[in-house]
Amino acid sequence: MSDAEVVSESDPFAGTSDLDRKRTIGRIFVGLCAASALVGIVALVVLIADVLYQSWGWVTWEFLTYPPSQFAESYLPGGRGAGIYPALVGSIFLIALTALFTIVLGVGAAVYLEEYASEGRLTAFIEANIANLAGVPSIVYGLLGLAIFVRAMQLGSSLLAGALTLTLLILPIVIVASQEAIRAVPDSQRHAAYGVGATDWEVIRDVVLPSALPGIMTGTILSLSRAIGETAPLIMVGAATSMFVPPDSPLGPFAAMPMQIFDWATMPDATFQHVAAAGIVVLLTVLLAMNATAVYIRHRFETEL
Amino acid sequence: MSDDTSMNETPTIETHTEAKSTDDRSPASEADADVAGMDDQSIGEETVIEARDLSVFYGDERALQPVNVEIPDRQVTAIIGPSGCGKSTFLRSINRMNDMIDVARVDGELLFRDTNVYGEAVDPVALRRAIGMVFQKPNPFPKSIYDNVAYGLRIQGKDDDLDEQVESALRRAALWDEVSDRLGESALDMSGGQQQRLCIARAIAPDPEVILMDEPASALDPVATSQIEDLIEELARDYTVVIVTHNMQQAARISDKTMVFLTGGELVEFGDTSRIFENPDNQRVEDYITGKFG
Repeated sequence: MSDAEVVSESDPFAGTSDLDRKRTIGRIFVGLCAASALVGIVALVVLIADVLYQSWGWVTWEFLTYPPSQFAESYLPGGRGAGIYPALVGSIFLIALTALFTIVLGVGAAVYLEEYASEGRLTAFIEANIANLAGVPSIVYGLLGLAIFVRAMQLGSSLLAGALTLTLLILPIVIVASQEAIRAVPDSQRHAAYGVGATDWEVIRDVVLPSALPGIMTGTILSLSRAIGETAPLIMVGAATSMFVPPDSPLGPFAAMPMQIFDWATMPDATFQHVAAAGIVVLLTVLLAMNATAVYIRHRFETEL
Repeated sequence: MSDDTSMNETPTIETHTEAKSTDDRSPASEADADVAGMDDQSIGEETVIEARDLSVFYGDERALQPVNVEIPDRQVTAIIGPSGCGKSTFLRSINRMNDMIDVARVDGELLFRDTNVYGEAVDPVALRRAIGMVFQKPNPFPKSIYDNVAYGLRIQGKDDDLDEQVESALRRAALWDEVSDRLGESALDMSGGQQQRLCIARAIAPDPEVILMDEPASALDPVATSQIEDLIEELARDYTVVIVTHNMQQAARISDKTMVFLTGGELVEFGDTSRIFENPDNQRVEDYITGKFG
């Protein structure tokens, strides 16, 4: 009887000495994952902190309610009053129109593809194309908007042309998000409605859309908050960089916040960096408000009933 | 016991106290070539649903061999058989729920009150208004109890006296006493058994003629199952009930007629439940019922 045998009989955890090494590997892995997660958060915090620092004291009521000015002093508190007002209103109108078009077209396309179209080569082809379109760079959509809406449809560099271009840009994402939301509605729910003699339309209206609505709305709002920050397509359709009045009609010219911010950022006078930062704060606030709405809608519909 | 066809001519034991005009005295030996026992559909019972050489295909695959059967009015007809034998396929072909499967194709005729439901003139939506359905898993809508029951009535335009109709349906589904004071609450907060009875109330509220049930108690506990079974027997006073079940004891307890499907989508035997369970014509049916296979 050797010592080794005695040890192995008395120690129920014999042969587990590898655990320490494995646990070390595990800790390193957790550390790497945590570091990766931190990169995103830290970058965002630094960005926001920098912007807030730059814009401190520049975001005033006057900044929200006055048109821009050539002179940096006008933006300062106590100055003549200058700000982002036309671009803010322009962006809100732009996003409202885009939302309208996107919801109608996006939900319509998703309902058709999921509920009506039979699964075949054509549907698969359309779906593959939609997925591909979601990855097309926004400047390409800008070119498309320029060719179709501004030139061919002769809408000019109008609010409507801008909204239609942004609609094209986010439509693929909205369609895919809506399709996923519709697909997540259990078939048992559809069958329940068909079982009591509902028509296709009634099933969609009463069962599919109400259940899919939170998913559709979150997908749409998140896409819209991407659209509100887009600059490239608006440059292509010829939106004004800086305007002194908000748009007066869908066919009128308009300025949007990203372009206004770009305009300030390229000013030679360094004081305008603060103005640009103030513009970014306003843009980010609108964006965060939209995302908060998306979260609220999802939460509200999920807890209800 | 398949050789013992003469047993058919002796009156079978009636398990149901309710007087059913069962008449299965016609000689079995004349017609047991294809489907044993098909002869004891009784004369004098009105047929509501009749299948004539009804087959169902999923793509190229045959899910149902030609079925010939006559389902009588206001009785419980149970469909039993092992998994994948086509019992649900047959049930779903009655109210054309198979239409929703793109690859499903139907051959032959299915007559509902002498009209072929697969005929050109028949609107499946109208058909489903006359033939209600209860599914395997309770599937209430994420709405209030009241709105669930009212749903069929509303879409069918039968929404006069909605309150009374909802109450009546809930009473017939033996649910009223449990929910009368919380009609506005979400149906999803009910127990599984209550949800299934709610689904039955939803199905019967617009007063269909036939109710199809696809294993309605398979997801429920024994107490809820027994409530559903009592309810089904009760419903057969007013409705024709066709129920798919994998539970043979359940079929024996609640049904008047039984259809036995065996592997391959073949209807092997149809007849009075008591006779099928005590003295089936077909050896394979006997083996199945006594648990030798399936």
